[in-house]
Amino acid sequence: METLASSRRGFVNWLLGTGFGAMAVWMLYPVIRYLIPPKSGEPSVANVTVPWKPAEIKANSGRIFRFGSQPGILVKTPAGELRAFTAVCTHLNCTVQYREEKQDIWCACHNGVYDLNGKNVSGPPPRPLEPYKVYVKGDEIVVSKGA
Amino acid sequence: MRTAWLLPATFVALSVLVLAAHAGAQKLPEGNSCIDCHRGLGDPRVTPPAENFAQDIHLDKGILCQDCHGGDPTNFDPQGAMSRAKGFIGKPKHQAIPALCGKCHSHATYMKKFNPTIRVDQVQEYYTSVHGKLLRQGDQKVATCISCHSVHNIRAIKDQQAWTYPVRVVDTCGRCHGDPAYMRGYKVTTDVVENYKKSVHYEALTKKGDLSAPTCNICHGNHGASPPGVNSVANVCGTCHSLTEDLFNRSPHKKAFITMGLAGCVTCHSNHDVERPSDSMVGTGDKAVCVNCHDPKSAGYQKAAEIRASLDGLRGAVQRATAILDRAEHAGMEVSQAKFELHGASDDLLKARATVHLADPAAVEKLTSEGGQIANNTYTKGAKALEELAFRHRGLWISVGIILVTIVGLALKIKEIDRRRGEG
Amino acid sequence: MGRLPGSWAELVKAVDAWVEERIDLTGIRDLIRHKVVPVHRHSIWYYFGGMTLFLFIIQVCTGILLLLYYRPSAEQAFESVQFIMTEVQFGWLIRSIHSWSANLMIATLMIHLFSVYFTRAYRKPRELTWISGMLLFGIALTFGFSGYLLPWNTLAYFATKVGTDVAGQVPVVGHLMTRILRGGEDVTGATLSRFYGIHVAVLPLLTTGILSLHLFLVQKQGMSVPPEIERDGRPIPTMPFVPDFLLRDLVGWLSALAVLGALAAYFPWELGVKADPFAPAPAGIRPEWYFMYMFQTLKYLPSKIGPIDGEVVGVLGFGLGGLFLFLVPFLDRKTAQGEKSPLFFWIGAGIVTYIVVLSVLGYVAPGGK
Repeated sequence: METLASSRRGFVNWLLGTGFGAMAVWMLYPVIRYLIPPKSGEPSVANVTVPWKPAEIKANSGRIFRFGSQPGILVKTPAGELRAFTAVCTHLNCTVQYREEKQDIWCACHNGVYDLNGKNVSGPPPRPLEPYKVYVKGDEIVVSKGA
Repeated sequence: MRTAWLLPATFVALSVLVLAAHAGAQKLPEGNSCIDCHRGLGDPRVTPPAENFAQDIHLDKGILCQDCHGGDPTNFDPQGAMSRAKGFIGKPKHQAIPALCGKCHSHATYMKKFNPTIRVDQVQEYYTSVHGKLLRQGDQKVATCISCHSVHNIRAIKDQQAWTYPVRVVDTCGRCHGDPAYMRGYKVTTDVVENYKKSVHYEALTKKGDLSAPTCNICHGNHGASPPGVNSVANVCGTCHSLTEDLFNRSPHKKAFITMGLAGCVTCHSNHDVERPSDSMVGTGDKAVCVNCHDPKSAGYQKAAEIRASLDGLRGAVQRATAILDRAEHAGMEVSQAKFELHGASDDLLKARATVHLADPAAVEKLTSEGGQIANNTYTKGAKALEELAFRHRGLWISVGIILVTIVGLALKIKEIDRRRGEG
Repeated sequence: MGRLPGSWAELVKAVDAWVEERIDLTGIRDLIRHKVVPVHRHSIWYYFGGMTLFLFIIQVCTGILLLLYYRPSAEQAFESVQFIMTEVQFGWLIRSIHSWSANLMIATLMIHLFSVYFTRAYRKPRELTWISGMLLFGIALTFGFSGYLLPWNTLAYFATKVGTDVAGQVPVVGHLMTRILRGGEDVTGATLSRFYGIHVAVLPLLTTGILSLHLFLVQKQGMSVPPEIERDGRPIPTMPFVPDFLLRDLVGWLSALAVLGALAAYFPWELGVKADPFAPAPAGIRPEWYFMYMFQTLKYLPSKIGPIDGEVVGVLGFGLGGLFLFLVPFLDRKTAQGEKSPLFFWIGAGIVTYIVVLSVLGYVAPGGK
């Protein structure tokens, strides 16, 4: 017959063993999940790859894309050159858009107009649109802030 | 002696003070009898013009008293200096002021010497204005060049102290147009200044520092100042609010307003006290402008109610999504992607509000349902973030539980060992 | 080779025997068996060295895990930390634990430092332990300063700018020091690369060497007993290190682990906004709490003290304070001679009070001079 002391000792040992065992599993699980790479692969960076191929974009057109936490505008000039600017209007921060019929960039909020160099040409905007760098790597268009 | 330094020090201090007081001013020319005598007189009727002239842009360009008033500035004898023979005209009559200024300012060749691109049609424009017309009829109280540009201390347009600097224009015009006593007998109301200062345009100009915001001269004209006609007010507003004007022109209201002799834009938004619009202006509530014309049984009333319902729906969805994303963010979850996407819904709300001017419920609904989709998606993302947060908290408590069990085991073991040491 | 082990205990015994046949571990065995820890009213402070070590090990483990996803360039650093926080499974946990544990470690380190100081454990024969400990303290602060920049957010960027500016106040070599720290004239991607190299390679290497020395000395010389207890004359009770003290150590360590988990879940470490060198410095830049007293002191110093810049005086002051602490075993003659040393007690109390008061002021005083 086990004495009370030895059964108590057995219980304590069991408790310790189970405790450490559970801790080991509980801590190992997150570490192993961490080591398995996530589906999205890599961080999206200050270089943004826009979700369109160069051929998809018609000349004399523009589209809005996400750059970090702000909208950007990707433009293909009538001559076929790809350019990108911030799409945040320098007047009161509305999102600008491309105007096919005037071949310029326009802000609907208060009729601000920018040319295809981003320069503010008429209406309230006080400053030009900040330009981004555009790189074409094969079928990918990469826009970066460019330091 | 030890205090000998006091004398030159005082002199330097005083000079600094005097120079500081004249900061921004130029040096008044010497050897000009007009300036010298008038300053020397110390008479409040004739000395201020000479003193103030130090700040005038004309002095800057080398144009002095004699160039407007005539006379001979090299002659220090009053009779000689202010002689009619030398072209002295004294204080010009009220009616003669535009012509006097126009002597140079309407002369293209002369003005080209100073600024090749400056306009030279101001006087011509002036006479098309209400002010100009009344002046020709002999009115002595009406505004002339110097009423708005000041006289003897005229500053350049870009100078922030100029009476015509955008932020100060309302007070310049308001000197007459905001004074009921002065304007008695004329057919204009004098609450315009007070009203304009309540407007969102004035707020943009003064609080936000947006110098492109409209003030009196932008809508009424600078020199050819007159109120825009009832049918052309919308054009004036449309200079900046072009999208809204376009929508209004395509709406049934355009023709209806013309028929009823109502001014576009102004009828609902007022002309001077243009306040920040809100969704409560739309619909059938008591603050709504639609019910000013449309009675409860009309089709317009129905449409107004529908449009308001669309706006309310999207606004509510955006608010709910913003709230849950804020909660998640506040708790430390990363939701910047969802917040960016929510911008799209806010953009749709903005566009929907503009589309109200089309007076077409279907067009508004198209935008609000698109925005509503986005808002609902981002709401779901916020809810997922909060779920993940709850998962983490649950995970934590389980971890703490496991650790506590282990600590209890350790504590018991320690007690056991201590007991054994005590016994052994 | 006998039959296979049937229980954990038998397995351990078997492995033990296998190793013993190949390496003579008598020295270590004896240490483990005979190491004792004195038990007296100041024994509680003995736990803080081990706690600091435990937290350091946590830093190494979480740090290595973070290394697998972090990218040390100005263009990618912030985004990679954001990636860890949002996309990597349990990345939020690893990162928050790393940031919180860093702070906890420096807190326990400071408690350890001052408890050793006040119990005069630095006296002979433990001067070298004290010296190595002070070096480790400097290394820990450098770990904190270099690591702080790595997420490349606004707060970190400007705190680093201010911190490296302060280094530039050292007379003669200040400007050169700042250039070397920053990898250039300003804080740029070059600074980030440098700080990263320091944080994950240089400092760990230094720590390995100096920490090993420190731990070896502690094991070899045993635990110091405060002079007044020694002077008592009465025999000092002891407890065996294994298992008694170690079990109590574990209780402390597991509690710290639970606290870290709770902090990570309820107060996740902020990510902030990506650093923009062209934006103006935001209001309320301040360093981490363990540098706050220095930061606040510099704010209070007048711009000129006599012919010298106030900031230079401040930096020299900190230098002298550090040097004093570093050399205290050699300066505290009275303790070395076995006498009471009230002067050094009061100096220590003064330093602690100064640090606490200035740190508190740094948080509650109305912003900016």
